Amino acid sequence: MEKQNRRNFLKSAGLLTATIAGVSTKTAKAAPENILSEDRMGVLVDTTACIGCRNCEWACKEAHGIPAGDINSYEDKSVFKQMRRPSGNSLTVVNQYENEKMINNPINVKVQCMHCDHPACVSACIVGAFSKKENGSVIWDTDKCIGCRYCMVACPFQVPSFEYDKAIDPEIRKCDFCYERTKEGKLPACVEICPVEALTYGPRSELIKIAREKIKKFPDRYIDHIYGEHEVGGTSWLYLAGQDLTKSKALPSLNNKPAPGVSESIQHGIFAYFVPPASLYALLAGIMWLNKKKKENSSRGEE
Amino acid sequence: MSEYLKPVPLKKKFFTPGVIVLCIIALNGLIFLAARFFFGIGSVTNLNDQYPWGIWIAIDVAAGVALAAGGFTSAALGHIFHREHFHSIIRPALLTAMLGYTFVAIGVFVDIGRWYYIWHPLIMWNGNSALFEVGICVMMYLTVLYIEFLPVVTERFMGKVNLKGFLSFLNKPIEKLLFILDKGLSKTIFIFIILGVVLSTLHQSSLGTLMVIAGEKMHPLWQTPVLPLLFLLSAIAVGFPMVIFESMTASRSFGIKKEMEVLTPLGYTVAPLLGIYLAFKLGDMFIRETFVYLYEINTASVMFTIELVVGVIIPLRMFLSKKVLETPSLLFTASFLVILGVFLNRVNNFIVAYTPPFSYEPYLPSIGEISVTLGFISLLVLLYRVIVLNFPVISLPFRKQSIKAKYTIKG
Repeated sequence: MEKQNRRNFLKSAGLLTATIAGVSTKTAKAAPENILSEDRMGVLVDTTACIGCRNCEWACKEAHGIPAGDINSYEDKSVFKQMRRPSGNSLTVVNQYENEKMINNPINVKVQCMHCDHPACVSACIVGAFSKKENGSVIWDTDKCIGCRYCMVACPFQVPSFEYDKAIDPEIRKCDFCYERTKEGKLPACVEICPVEALTYGPRSELIKIAREKIKKFPDRYIDHIYGEHEVGGTSWLYLAGQDLTKSKALPSLNNKPAPGVSESIQHGIFAYFVPPASLYALLAGIMWLNKKKKENSSRGEE
Repeated sequence: MSEYLKPVPLKKKFFTPGVIVLCIIALNGLIFLAARFFFGIGSVTNLNDQYPWGIWIAIDVAAGVALAAGGFTSAALGHIFHREHFHSIIRPALLTAMLGYTFVAIGVFVDIGRWYYIWHPLIMWNGNSALFEVGICVMMYLTVLYIEFLPVVTERFMGKVNLKGFLSFLNKPIEKLLFILDKGLSKTIFIFIILGVVLSTLHQSSLGTLMVIAGEKMHPLWQTPVLPLLFLLSAIAVGFPMVIFESMTASRSFGIKKEMEVLTPLGYTVAPLLGIYLAFKLGDMFIRETFVYLYEINTASVMFTIELVVGVIIPLRMFLSKKVLETPSLLFTASFLVILGVFLNRVNNFIVAYTPPFSYEPYLPSIGEISVTLGFISLLVLLYRVIVLNFPVISLPFRKQSIKAKYTIKG
């Protein structure tokens, strides 16, 4: 009888381990598309050129089916009085900051999704609703999203926005790098409309070269730092500026490690193809069996 | 020993003044909950793009999972380490875990924007996501808890199925089903018990991994790569204090004798477990040199100090004292402090520590959020009461000679 039990025990334990192992091979593939292409595109933002006309805000709304209103109304400078963040109705916004060198010449900084090289949202999303495409864009899939908002917790730039006032199908809203437009060979809407060429669209590697040249050519105009070249492991959007934009909190101050790095290595360390959980199972089963045997032996001894 | 303990359905009335108060709190929560489903999350909560997670995640989910840890710690103690002395605590702890995790699942359900897609993680996998890991583990563990509870159900109904009227033809098949279940489960239950412990260690720790990806958005007092370990250790440490707290609360509520002969020995296990947690928490603080943040006085440093001193150090000292362990009121207080400490830790990790770079005003929960959370807690307590009144969960002492005699309630 006892023997029988032990065999059953081992059999079921073995079966379970096998099932888990079988599942694990599937999990290895179960990650969203996350391509880091050599030819990925980017945008170089020259904040020293931006005049704060906010035409990009208007074009972005037009391109994404958001009521945009009259383009002339965007000349209103009073919106600069308070800091604005990208939201569901405006996927990009321009904020104005004081110029340390020239008080009368404020600095305008356009913000939107940075399209990270190692996106935290892609790593975090419970259902893999985010993916990074070959051209560098990080986009969101409405058919998968469950609305948990973990992407918002994860994003180091605090970009994704959620439609809190919608009871059905609330969306995560953020810049999609005009994925639909660039697929057709068009420029991103904001880049296309920019009247002063503050925005340059091109392969990210080229943009870095251009930025370096600009810094070299005009050392008085720019600080020697391309924001986004190394921040959180690199972003598709890159910023040139005359002063450190993180000081005025125009852009967050971040280190150079990819945002999902630590979390993913912990996660994979705990799992490592289900070896640690399966070993723990086996260990506990062993302890249980030994304790049971000890008990049986001692009770037999009493009889 | 002339007495032995046996779980039985308690013979007490359901309604008391306290129960009525709980019903009102639950109802109030349900009204706010209805608003959430009709008008969206924003209509009831103070959540916004700066603070995407509030107390529904911090309390209902994170603290809920931690405080339901009594289920797996007592299963490990009773079944895996075979300490039969503690068998009487396993069923109440199992019931609390089962109800606790049920409400964790409901908490997630109401917090996610698209509740009707809650099944998506089952088929849409992202192995890199800590949340995916937590979600899948919690779903599996909830199933395991229901399976572990099935023997209580079969024990209650076997040989007693007696449906009246037109349903009476079902009596025999149900009886047979119960018999098969009971027989099958008694042989296989160990698989689920071990699985439950493994799944618990996995998701208790992964719950800590959740906030790691928030990186610099989290206050350095809490943000550490060993968060998963701290979460696991604190969950293990809070398991038995939670069992003690519940057992004593239930005893008082139902007017039965406090099981000090079980709870005191159980209390002895708390100090070492809490000590290990404290060692890691302090060790982490000194290795990362985060104690410098305690010199300045702000919400974060005050909350961290309360969490550490009131929630870990004081109860640790108490659990080291024999007098505390043997005095019901002191044991109750010490257990409560551990629970408070872990509760605060989860709230701190998910809310206080979370300071996004662009925020205008700090997050404070709305009346609606608090109402729903309190409502869920009340519903949980009410369900616990319904179940212990109808199922053999809480053990009562019986005389050895007269097993069939009616029991008497002491105290």
